[in-house]
Amino acid sequence: MGTITVTIDGQQVEVDQQATLLDAANKVDIEIPTLCYHPDLTLHGSCRICVVEDAESGNLLASCATPVTDGMKIKTITDKVIEARKMNLELLLSDHPNDCMTCEADGACDLQELVYEYDVSEPSFGLMEEGKFEVKNENPFIEFDSNKCILCGKCVRVDNEVQCSGAIDFIERGFSSKVAVPFDQDLGADFSSCVFCGQCVEMCPTGALTYKPAKGQGREYELEKVETTCPYCGVGCQIELQVKDNKIVQVGSIYDEDHPNPVGETCVKGRFAYDFVDHPERLTKPLIKKDGEFEEVSWDEALDYTAQKLGKIKEEDGGEAIAGLTSARCSNEENYIFQKFMRGALGTNSVDHCARL
Amino acid sequence: MAGLAASFGSGAMTNSIGEVEKADAIFVTGSNTTEAHPVIGSMIKKAARNGANLVVADPREIELSKEADLAVQQKPGTDIALLNGLMHVIIKEGLHDEEYIKNRTEGFEAVKETLEEYTPEKVEEITGVKAEDIVELAKLYASADTAAIYYSMGMTQHKSGTDNVLTVANLAMLTGNVGKEGGGVNPLRGQNNVQGACDLGGLATVYPGYQAVEDPEAKAKFEKAWGVDELNPNNGLTVVEMVNAAGEGDVKGLYVLGENPMISDPDQHHVEEALKATEFLIVQDIFLTETAELADVVFPAACFAEKDGTFTNSERRVQRINKAVEAPGEAKADWKVFCELAKRLGFEMDYDSEAEIMDEIVEVTPIYGGISYDRIANEELQWPCPDKDHPGTKFLHEGEFAHGKGKFHVTKHIAPIESADDEYPYIMMTGRMLYHFHGGSMTRRSAAVDAYESDAYVEINCDDAVKLDIEDGDRVKVTSRRGEVETYARVVDIVQEGEIFMPFHYAESPANRLTNGDELDPKAKIPELKVTAVKVEKV
Amino acid sequence: MDQSIYRSHILICGGTGCVSSGCKEVRSSLEEELAERDLVNEIKVIETGCHGFCEKGPLMIVYPEGVFYCKVQPEDMEEVVEEHILKGKVVERLLYTDPTTGENIPSYQEIDFYKKQQRTALINCGYIDPEEIKEYIATGGYEAIGKALTEMTPQEVIDEVKESGLRGRGGGGFPTGLKWQFASDAEGDKKYVICNADEGDPGAFMDRSILEGDPHVLIEGMILAAYAVGADEGYVYVRAEYPLAIKRLRVALEQAEENGLLGENLFGTDFSFKLRIKEGAGAFVCGEETALMASIEGERGMPRPRPPFPAEKGLWGKPTNINNVETYANVPAIIKEGAEAYKQVGTEGSTGTKVFALTGKINNTGLAEVPMGITMREIIYDIGGGINEGKEFKAVQIGGPSGGCLPEDKLDLTIDYDSLLEVGAMMGSGGLVVMDEDTCMVDVARFFLDFTQSESCGKCTPCRIGTKQMLDILERITVGEGQEGDIELLERLAENIKSTSLCGLGQTAPNPVLSTLRYFRDEYEAHIYEQTCPAGACEELLGAYVIDGEACVGCTVCTEACPVDAIAGEAKEEHLIDEDACIACGACVDKCPVDAITQ
Repeated sequence: MGTITVTIDGQQVEVDQQATLLDAANKVDIEIPTLCYHPDLTLHGSCRICVVEDAESGNLLASCATPVTDGMKIKTITDKVIEARKMNLELLLSDHPNDCMTCEADGACDLQELVYEYDVSEPSFGLMEEGKFEVKNENPFIEFDSNKCILCGKCVRVDNEVQCSGAIDFIERGFSSKVAVPFDQDLGADFSSCVFCGQCVEMCPTGALTYKPAKGQGREYELEKVETTCPYCGVGCQIELQVKDNKIVQVGSIYDEDHPNPVGETCVKGRFAYDFVDHPERLTKPLIKKDGEFEEVSWDEALDYTAQKLGKIKEEDGGEAIAGLTSARCSNEENYIFQKFMRGALGTNSVDHCARL
Repeated sequence: MAGLAASFGSGAMTNSIGEVEKADAIFVTGSNTTEAHPVIGSMIKKAARNGANLVVADPREIELSKEADLAVQQKPGTDIALLNGLMHVIIKEGLHDEEYIKNRTEGFEAVKETLEEYTPEKVEEITGVKAEDIVELAKLYASADTAAIYYSMGMTQHKSGTDNVLTVANLAMLTGNVGKEGGGVNPLRGQNNVQGACDLGGLATVYPGYQAVEDPEAKAKFEKAWGVDELNPNNGLTVVEMVNAAGEGDVKGLYVLGENPMISDPDQHHVEEALKATEFLIVQDIFLTETAELADVVFPAACFAEKDGTFTNSERRVQRINKAVEAPGEAKADWKVFCELAKRLGFEMDYDSEAEIMDEIVEVTPIYGGISYDRIANEELQWPCPDKDHPGTKFLHEGEFAHGKGKFHVTKHIAPIESADDEYPYIMMTGRMLYHFHGGSMTRRSAAVDAYESDAYVEINCDDAVKLDIEDGDRVKVTSRRGEVETYARVVDIVQEGEIFMPFHYAESPANRLTNGDELDPKAKIPELKVTAVKVEKV
Repeated sequence: MDQSIYRSHILICGGTGCVSSGCKEVRSSLEEELAERDLVNEIKVIETGCHGFCEKGPLMIVYPEGVFYCKVQPEDMEEVVEEHILKGKVVERLLYTDPTTGENIPSYQEIDFYKKQQRTALINCGYIDPEEIKEYIATGGYEAIGKALTEMTPQEVIDEVKESGLRGRGGGGFPTGLKWQFASDAEGDKKYVICNADEGDPGAFMDRSILEGDPHVLIEGMILAAYAVGADEGYVYVRAEYPLAIKRLRVALEQAEENGLLGENLFGTDFSFKLRIKEGAGAFVCGEETALMASIEGERGMPRPRPPFPAEKGLWGKPTNINNVETYANVPAIIKEGAEAYKQVGTEGSTGTKVFALTGKINNTGLAEVPMGITMREIIYDIGGGINEGKEFKAVQIGGPSGGCLPEDKLDLTIDYDSLLEVGAMMGSGGLVVMDEDTCMVDVARFFLDFTQSESCGKCTPCRIGTKQMLDILERITVGEGQEGDIELLERLAENIKSTSLCGLGQTAPNPVLSTLRYFRDEYEAHIYEQTCPAGACEELLGAYVIDGEACVGCTVCTEACPVDAIAGEAKEEHLIDEDACIACGACVDKCPVDAITQ
């Protein structure tokens, strides 16, 4: 494929023919703000925040949606561009609740960030006084507040193009347009094909889609983020545990084309079934059964007792009288050490696990 | 596993997950992918929407069936017949890859002969799948340039599980689809680290890296590496054998690590008796599971979020887990407990970190030879990765199979152990559903998930429901030769008449109280969880 | 086909306008009368498409004399048959009366409404039976496609269309030949042609009239386009609210297929073409070509960013040519008569004719096809018969919700694509809404914004929210709550919506506001700063109603007329209006026998 040279803010950039203005700008680290653009989703071109100016015609072009043409000269920061971005932000803000103080997305909201950056401190059209739409939150996973939705359509696209659930789409027209499940019900309603993978929440640039279990559990900037591998099925999705005060408060997506889940995919278990980790029923001390009842003991007591018992069986009945079920839930390192222990210390090859179940 | 190893020389997913989008045809059988491996399920849907032929063979009308170009519902336990029927058609239509068969495989002639009797008409009698659908399905799969097969426990949890897998392998080799990007035979692993547990010696017959315990050379290698005078030269017992041996008093000490056989193993009464009969039962887990209740000693373990380490996923990719939170109370990473015990038993195992363990693994496990924490921090590595410069292997058997030539195996339809009769007129399948996982110890304790799907259930065909006077949501009792379970009825049209489906995640209505653990698949020692004769009554 | 020779043909207009004014009943009555007199074998009744003069419907023309009757009723038929058919006497009272001279005019060619028209696209509308392909063929129909397929290469067809200067009749006026060239040049194993018959501008119905009156001309135009660009499949996207158009088009498609004019190997060549109808659900935005294609594909009708243009990546991602009904309807004439002949009509930059839909405060509403370059004055006064009730002309909205309002000093503008753009309007689909002195221009802008806002697909920010904000401001102004700065804010918003909206619907949505601001800024200012509506149309700005005590005779009629009991007073005594309760409905004013109530 041939390449094309365009000039962006005075810099010449050589890009491939299919590239957009946004691609070209990114190539030379010129930042253009976007709300509806996502590299893993089809082009939508709805937010109109990424506009830039064609130096020759003076026209504004949506950089995410405009293919480069040879010799094009683009300016990404002009009065006209700033005015247009600012106006569109003002418009979005006029149709958005003014509740950043209590909004779950505070600190993780692209709209908030841009409104701050473009100093939309006195929006020309006032602020939304009361919500147009009912908040949907009957299911235990995802709260959907359409009032905060800016209709960027990322949720709709990730749902239809990546998750392929077809659970949500746009309904209504004009100012009443919104994203909804069939018959405008809750995501968990009977007619909904939502499977609660949470990818829409990850994509949402505002607080329209939020995780219910994470509500009030911490702000984006308070969370420590740890990348890890999902503990459920064998796909091995890479996920991000978001932790506050030694507690996992939500599970985020990681986008990396080399991962088994390149577009941040995960399922409802990977996304929501994490609170077993700090469940009150977690075992916290070794237990020994004495007279049919468990009793909490120290590690030393439990280990000594166990070693003595195993040693005795090995001595009296041989290692083959001992068997171990290792675990498909434990790590490679633990499986290795367990079988080494069983084989090396106890002399048995009876090490197996539930691969077959 | 045993099946694929016999056919190809290696028992793992031959190709990578990301290759789903490169297949021209995808054949899903014995895998309810969108519920058990949802992320792959979505990728398959996406591939189908982008034009790949999607064909599904499953006794239930699963979500992928609705997305498929053709979906058939074979009777449970008739997979070999169906697959042989497909191969019969493929050969008859000349859609097989003669060049590939000639150059890369052996044993085809014998299989070809066996296939002759599997005419679509005969297969229709056995499987209940219409002859014309068998022809159509065969064409959809075999006419594609690159075709992939995805399967899971629906294939393996049968008396004929190993033969089922051999037959799948036959089909893939017949069409030249092994050793090719986007194709292959892809068993989907049910749990996060089944692959790693297998890879690293968590099997009664092999040391890490599938080095046979009965191979003196391998034994000598590990004796040297571990500083042991004499390792046991004999194969050990597999899961179900262990439990049986415990019941018979042959196994006196049983160490159960992060498993809950009371829920996940067949024939719960039998498991309970066996565990009770064990002289000394150690359970190491994060919760006091149904199995732990029976233990003599319980060690509190750290969970995945509380320790470092690696998991190996279904596509042989070694990936990190990283500690995010502190373990509660005195709970410890499992490996530390084994080291402590070993020390007390006079066997020195001393490591400072998981990374150090990995360094030892790499030394003794050739397929992991090039793996290190430093490398996987930046690179995606799939085994075989024999040395530090090796980029890992995206798909297996390119050019040559692990053991030279791919082996065709003659397989024949074997009837399941149990069949419907007057007393037990329904065939029960067990399996997974989206919201819960395995024995349920994690998902049942996750508030949101359990709030959404809190009740156990059994799926009953709507016509059967009418006959049994059962309505959606009624309490029903399901009884097999081994026990009875009460649960809620879900009246559906996705199971066929005469068949029911029960997820096995619910301790209060344990499906495995009903299943049969007596007669195992002779090679892989897998119980026939997918075919149990039962009766169903309204409570 | 009926081969009998009739001594007379009676054409009854069967367009949707005349259907709603009762032409079906007229036809039944006529047929009954003819049957009673045993005339069915002598007189043929033909239901045609629209004649355009809907204001006067139901319409009827009696041939061979060509006598034009208007506003005919079923009960008139006896007289028509008795007098005209049997005795040869024209029924004077049913003739059209010229409003200025007061004369009855028997022949439609002599009527002003028709005199200045020049018909190409509508040439057969009203004169042939649209459900009978042979009538179309008899007028020279399908000659063009025969000529093209047997004598011309696809490129020659494109060149002829280019040479003709034909421009898109649906909106922007893009040169049709060039559009075809793009689709022809695009690489693809499969190409489509689409007809945009999703006519949505308020008041515009020229596409419907062609579909109802002469569906074969569209089919022929589309076959020509398909041949030219290399397509073998086409869609007519027509709104489901046009049941009669769909029915006639369906009949026409069947007949074209039966006659080998659609299907495989047309005229023995290797060119094949399949044409089908896709019914739209009546979303205005589906007139936008990318939204229209999304709708055909089964998706929600939402525009997609362009480029890629449909010519390159259109329906199902394949190269696609889209034109509207009127554009395609011009093509057979170009091929048949040649570009040279076609170019003789119109102006240099805008050749041919354009159909306008005349509505509003005008005497003759209806469809008129006129040569490009005609003045607005000719259309409004000569064809349209001037303003209703002798009121003053104030403005004309041209081009629908995307167009603009032009004031009196633009009446002598010659109409073509470019002149209209210069003055802040556009050709659009050719809707003309005429307004008189009683029309408030702020309210007009509000009306159009209300329309575009509710028809916005909701996808892009400026159109979804920007038009809503404009509407809110306009509403505020019309109820007397306008503020200083509103006009400037409207202008900023308009500029932003024009320059950043995703599709043409959004980009042109502010035009009614911009053009009214350009020509009638003083009206906005009067609303905002003086709290008055110069046209006296904005009710909230009218003063309260008061009763002149001296004039009031105490008849109590107003008390009874008031729907909210806001008027009190004993009989024969002076009455009083409670200003707070009064809703300013004006009911009392109308009833008062002595005109004692004023504002």
